[in-house]
Order: sequence, then C-alpha cells, then structure tokens
Amino acid sequence: MSKSRFVVARTSDVAPGTSLRVNAGGRDIALFNIAGAFFALGDRCPHESGSLCAGKIVGFAEADEPGKYRLVRDGEFVRCPWHGWEFDIRTGKSWCDPEKSRVRAYQTGVTSGSDLVEGPYVAETFKVSVEENYVVVEI
Amino acid sequence: MSMDLLEPREKRKPGGALQGLGVVDCDIHPQFATPGEILTFLPERWRDYVRTYGGFYRQPLADTLSHPRMAPDVARADSWPPGGAPPGGDLAFMQRQHLDANNVDHGMLMPLNRGPGNQRNLEYGAALATAVNDWQIACWVERDARLHASIVCTQEHPPFAIAEIERCAKDPRFSQIMLPPKSLEPLGRRRYWPIFEAAEAFDLPIALHVGGINGYPATGSGWPSYYIEEQHTNVQGMQGLITSMVVEGVFEQFPGLRIVLVEGGVAWAPPLKWRLDKHWKRLKSEAPHLKRLPSEYIHDHFWFTTQPLDEPPEDSDLLETFEQVGLDRIMFSTDYPHWDFDEPSFVAAKLRIGPEKLRAIMSGNARELYGLT
Amino acid sequence: MQDRTDHSIPAKGAAAGLFGGAAVDCDVHVSVPSVKALLPYLDAYWRQQFVTRGIDRLSWNMTSDPPNAPIMIRPDRRPTNGRPGSDYSILKDKCLDLFGPSAAIANCIYGGMALHSEDMAAVVCTAVNDWLAAEWLDRDPRLRASIVVPLNNADLAAEEIERRAGDPRFVQVLMLAMGEQPLGKRAHWPIFAAASRHGLPIGVHAGSLYQQPPLAGGYGSYFLEDYVAQAFGFESCVLSLVSEGVFAKFPELKFVFMESGVTWLAPALWRFDKTWRGVRAEIPWVKTPPSQIVRDHIRLTLQPFDEPEGAGRLERFCEQMKSDEMVLFSTDFPHWHYEDEDVLPIGAETALARKILWDNPRATYPRLKALAPEVLA
Ligand code: FES
Repeated sequence: MSKSRFVVARTSDVAPGTSLRVNAGGRDIALFNIAGAFFALGDRCPHESGSLCAGKIVGFAEADEPGKYRLVRDGEFVRCPWHGWEFDIRTGKSWCDPEKSRVRAYQTGVTSGSDLVEGPYVAETFKVSVEENYVVVEI
Repeated sequence: MSMDLLEPREKRKPGGALQGLGVVDCDIHPQFATPGEILTFLPERWRDYVRTYGGFYRQPLADTLSHPRMAPDVARADSWPPGGAPPGGDLAFMQRQHLDANNVDHGMLMPLNRGPGNQRNLEYGAALATAVNDWQIACWVERDARLHASIVCTQEHPPFAIAEIERCAKDPRFSQIMLPPKSLEPLGRRRYWPIFEAAEAFDLPIALHVGGINGYPATGSGWPSYYIEEQHTNVQGMQGLITSMVVEGVFEQFPGLRIVLVEGGVAWAPPLKWRLDKHWKRLKSEAPHLKRLPSEYIHDHFWFTTQPLDEPPEDSDLLETFEQVGLDRIMFSTDYPHWDFDEPSFVAAKLRIGPEKLRAIMSGNARELYGLT
Repeated sequence: MQDRTDHSIPAKGAAAGLFGGAAVDCDVHVSVPSVKALLPYLDAYWRQQFVTRGIDRLSWNMTSDPPNAPIMIRPDRRPTNGRPGSDYSILKDKCLDLFGPSAAIANCIYGGMALHSEDMAAVVCTAVNDWLAAEWLDRDPRLRASIVVPLNNADLAAEEIERRAGDPRFVQVLMLAMGEQPLGKRAHWPIFAAASRHGLPIGVHAGSLYQQPPLAGGYGSYFLEDYVAQAFGFESCVLSLVSEGVFAKFPELKFVFMESGVTWLAPALWRFDKTWRGVRAEIPWVKTPPSQIVRDHIRLTLQPFDEPEGAGRLERFCEQMKSDEMVLFSTDFPHWHYEDEDVLPIGAETALARKILWDNPRATYPRLKALAPEVLA
C-alpha cells in the first residue's frame, strides 16, 4: 500500500521538549520535538489508550545496582499520562514490555512549504507562511 | 494542560458489548476546588483548629501520604482542569472528561479528603466528617444528580459515627457509608460493631476504600521502602480486612451487612477464600461462632470493584478469577481522576463475556446493590 | 560461590517409603523440648545466667507457632509426652520411613530467634544449631537442617552462618516471613551476603516476630487470623525482595518460602507486574518483570497447599507461573494439613510430581545437588 504524507503542523507549533496532538488521515498522532528533531507516535497508548501527547516527557532511569540511580537520554521518553508506561519517543518502544507494547511510530520529516501535499493544514497554512517549515507525517 | 485534551479524539473502538451501555462507576474521587473550600463547611472553632494545628495523624509526615506517589496528586496527568483546580476539583471538567465521555449513569463519590476517620482529635474528626458530607451534597450531588454521596464518619468513636450516619441516612442522596479500612484495630473487632448495627438498620452498604492512616506499618513486617510496595499493600490490607470481619463473626451478628471493597483489586480473593476455608476447618475449635464456611460469608457479604483491573498474562485467567469470586459480586469502577484509572472499554475488552454478564459487572450489580434505577 | 565439595551423604539403609527415596522433604519440624535442653550447649556465663534467672524454666514457644493448636500437630504425630515435634522416633516412623525421602530439612522454629537482647539471641541460636547437629543430624543421615539465626542482628546472624557453613548438613538459613523490617531491606543484607558466599538458600518460614501486628492493622482476636495472615506476610516478602534489588545484588541467591499456602502467589504477581510497568523508574535496578525474577529466585514448599480439595490448582499454579520448577515437596511434619499419606495433591507418578519431589529440591539446594536416591529401587 502506498503511503500518504500529511502536513500536520508548523515546526514552530511544537517547541523543543514538547508534544502536540495532530490529526492525519483521521488518526490521532502525538508529535514530539526532541532538540529540533521531530518524531510522531500514535497518540493511543497500547495499554488502555491514554493520550501520549498528554504525558510528561522524561529521561530514562537506570541503575547497575540497587541504590545507584542514573538518568540517561533526558527528554527522549514519554510517560503515558495514565499508568505511566514509558515509551522511547524515537522508536515507540516501551521499555517495560518491548515486544508486546510497542506504540506505532510514524516516519516524520521536516519539509519546506513548497513540497506540501495534503493534510489538515495544507491550504491555509501554505498560503500564510510560504517560508515557514511544516511537519509532515507519513502514514 | 490545556482544554484541547478534551477535544474529541479519533473514534475509539466500540468496546464490544459496551456500546451504548450506561455504566455505574463505583469509585470517583471529588477534590476540594481550593484547599480552603472545606473550611466554609466547618464551624469557626474547627476552622481555627485546622489553621493552627494542621493535620494531626499517626505518622511522621503532617500533610502528605507516607510514600511519595509517582504522579502529582496521584492523578492522571491529563486530569488537571484548565481553571486551576486540582484533579477531581472541577465538576464541569469531570463531566466532560469522564462522566459524559464514558457514559456514566451513576457515579459513587469516594471522598478521601483529609480522612475524618483517621483524625486523632475525635471531635475535629466528627466536625470534619459533617463538613465533608455537606460538601459532597452542596458541591457535587446538588449539581449533578448522577453522583451519589458516601457518608464519612469517625469510626474510632462509634457514638459520633452513628450520630453522623443518622443525620445523613435520611437523605437518599447518600448511598452508602464509607470507612477507612485502616482503623485502629482490625475492622472486625467489636468496638466497630455499633457502626455495623447502624448500617444494617439503615440498610446502607459500607464502602471500604483502600487507605487510611492508623499508625501501624503497612505490612506485617514493617514499613516498606518504596511506593511500588506500599501501593501493593492495599492487597494485603484488603485480605486482612476480610479475614478480620469474617473470623471475628461480624456476619453472624449482622446478617444483613453488605461491604463494598473499593480499589483493592479482585484476583487475590479466590486464594484467600481457599485459605480461610481450609484452615478454619482445622482451627474451628477456636472460632466456633462461625456457622458456615468463610467463603460463604465472603460471597454473601462482600462486593468487589474492578479497578485497578488485575492483568494476568492470559485474559482468560481474569475471567476465571472473577467467576471464582462470583460475577454477581463484581462492580465496575474507574478511580477517576487517579493515575491508575481504568476505562470502561478496557475492562470490557479484557473480560470478553456475553452482554448480559458484562452488563451486570459494568452496571447491573451496582444498581441492584445501591437500589439505583 | 557454590561449594564444589560433594556433600551427598548416602542414605544407606533408609526405608524405601512411599516415594522410594527419590524425594526431598523440604520442611519438617523439630522442636527444642525446653530451654533446659540447651544448657549443655551454653558456656559458663550463659549457663549460670539461665539457671539463676530461671530462664531455663521458660518455654520460648512462639506465638505464631502454638505447639498444641490442631493445625500444628496431627493427632497421630503427637508424642505421649513432651512437646510436639521433639520425639525422633515419631519423625522417623511417621515421616521419614513412611514417605521415604533421601533427605529431609529440619526447621526449628524457636523463640531464640526473636529475643530482644541481640547477644542472648545469638547465643541461643548457636546453642540450637549445636543441639540440632548433636540430637538430630547425628542420629539420622537423612536429616538436614536450616541454620537458626538471631533475626534482630544481621551481623551476628552472618557470624552464625560462617560458623555453621562448614557442616554440609546445614543446607539453608532460616528466617521468618514477618520480622521487624521487610525482608528485602538492606539491614538484612549481611545475612544474604553470608548465605550467598556459601551457596545456602534463605528459607523463609511462616512466622512472625510480632514486632508488627501480622494483620498490618492491629491485632485481631484469633490465631486463625494470624495464621491466614502469614500468606500476606509472604506477599510482602515478594514485594520487598524484588523491589529492594536483593536479586540484582545477590544473583545466585534463592529464597524458599515454607508453609506459605502457595496459591496466593500467581495473582500477587499479576498485580506486581502491572504496577511495575508504570512505576519501575522508582526501582530502576529491577529490569525485567517481577514475575520473571520471582520465577528464577523464589521457591515454595508444598504443604499446606491452599485450594479446595481436588481442585487441580497445583497444575494451574504451574501454568500460571509458567514454571514447574517452583514448588518443592514438603510434608510439614508434624503439622496437620492433610490426612493419612495424602501429601501430594497430584498423582505421584506424574512428571510434575517427580519435579516437585526430587528435581526441584536438588536444583534449589546446592548442598543437595549430588544427593543420590540410594534406596531407589
Ligand atoms: S494507558 Fe498508557 S499506561 Fe495505561
């Protein structure tokens, strides 16, 4: 099946370290900006379908032995707002049960206004800010 | 958190047989819109007392729970109302996010606020209980008739508790009595029997929602270090509660008493029944006042709420467990707005049972117990 | 490190019994008849203290182990006089010869473990272990024992483990389900370190020091409540051991829960796994679902097995735990949980029974690994 590309947001809509819920082709997508790089996850937590874009963006807690805590990859995980499962924003992988509970990760790219295809922002956004960059999600 | 979290999301899976079913949620937590809100319901003397002395519990931390939680206010991260009230503190938001969105026909309020039953100053506890009861009516039930209040009271001094129960029981907007399962002594002990007598007389179920502060460590071997352990002690606590109430003979004395266990889960109950039956048979001579198997008292007198839903690796184990408890004794609950909230469609999907049984769990059992339409 | 010495002690001459030698009974009880019996094992100072203070006249029975409660003594195992569990010939006839294990692990649940004076507790535990060796282990080559240690002082407990570890007949360290602090707390780690050094599992037996009420909300009126609550105590042990990272720190260590009732464990782990998924950042050293860790490190003795009779829960338990390696055979002699010889809730010929009776115990206890079923036909 061929994939469709949707323009879902302006890059400026999603500041680094934040997320935004967008809709592409009828699907809720949680869009994340990690230090200028964009990632999109299905906005439905595979557990009970909590909305991931309402979750806190956090680092990953590690320990080599009891009592030796360490935070790594700060800002690269999202914690589901409901039961706190942690997902790697880059891959959609859940740390706690990698096989069973992977969130669907979509390919994202940043594209300049002239390449726009279809999507909720297409017409309007295209017109007002030709110079702006838009986030495109491929489904 | 912005209001757009409430904007409709893509259509959820219909949740099988749940389509269109109005549920009864047996565990909703209302919160004070502002910390001062409750003060307006307290007499001046106790307003002063609170301002001067604050919380006075049997634990080292004056104003917070013993173990810091993993989420602010123990709440779903998306449950903070935009107007600045805490989770559960804004009825309009609760209506949109939960009552309407999840098709809740009836919601049982479980006010945990400030634990009147665990106040060391009994007179303050009694005044606080009255205030919390009045607050439930004025700020919640009056404004949304889907909600039902629970009578909170000071179980450590039964005369105060009974006076409060008598005051409220006439009002049909109260559907049950609510006690903290962590009392000064195990709840089956005779000091609490006058309260059971009142509950039986007014034909009100008693809801026991996990929690409370009684000064004892949360396990039989002291305080655990971590929240993950402390949270789990709700399970041991509920088991202890059933053990105490059954073995002490409460249900021989009060055959009409109905107990609702809230937020303790369910799956531990079948092994507990087996354990009680097996060892009671051997130790019968110590407890000859029990005329029937402990498991029979449990079935006849206890109702269990679903949240936090037990999640065995095989869904069929969940149903097996529920059947061992009795499908007529399981009642749906969400724990809104707390972090371990369960969605109706999730529970329905995990159970995979026919529409009639599902209807009983999601709604019918509670309607029958509480006499709701 | 595991001890490489071959500790197998042939059980020559033992009766074939019900299970033909291919069994290890992982929980039998022997009891100190009276404090007086320990006097020969005390030094001059303590002997004089005990006599002049009348301590030798005390019973030091434990509240969680009332010797005459029906659950603790099956009528046909009761001695004509003396404390239940104190008579070797009854143990021999009604348990060892009858069921025919190649080895049976004797657990002495004794008040010495609970004394508030840490020094006195340590001295009494040392005496109990000497007494066990002399009065029981020397008498029957099938017998093994758990090392009794003072539970209120982990350093002294570790010293006792060091003292005893050279005797291969001591195969594990004995603790109780409910102490002053949760089992996995770091305060207990010196015990775990010593046990780990010598390839000794920690045997956790039902029982309480009563430093906290067993019902975790005050004291009830009946022993039945406390007995039932032992399972809740074990549940807390599971939570504590895993959450504190005991198995991250001591990866070789195994725990054997004795007289726990068993069937509560599966639903406890459903819940534990569920919670862990959401709050694991609090205990980041726990890197796999708790159920996996429990499957690898915790074992449970068979009796009493909480189920309605004939309900088939043992097989279901193994299915739900995804393991047939967790349950270890025990008679819980002289306790009364089953009638006659009905100690196994499944057929003795089944593959699962063979695991429970023979394979699992030897896989759990390094010191029984090389045990040979000498009398096996
Ligand atoms: S819905 Fe996301 S963790 Fe449960």
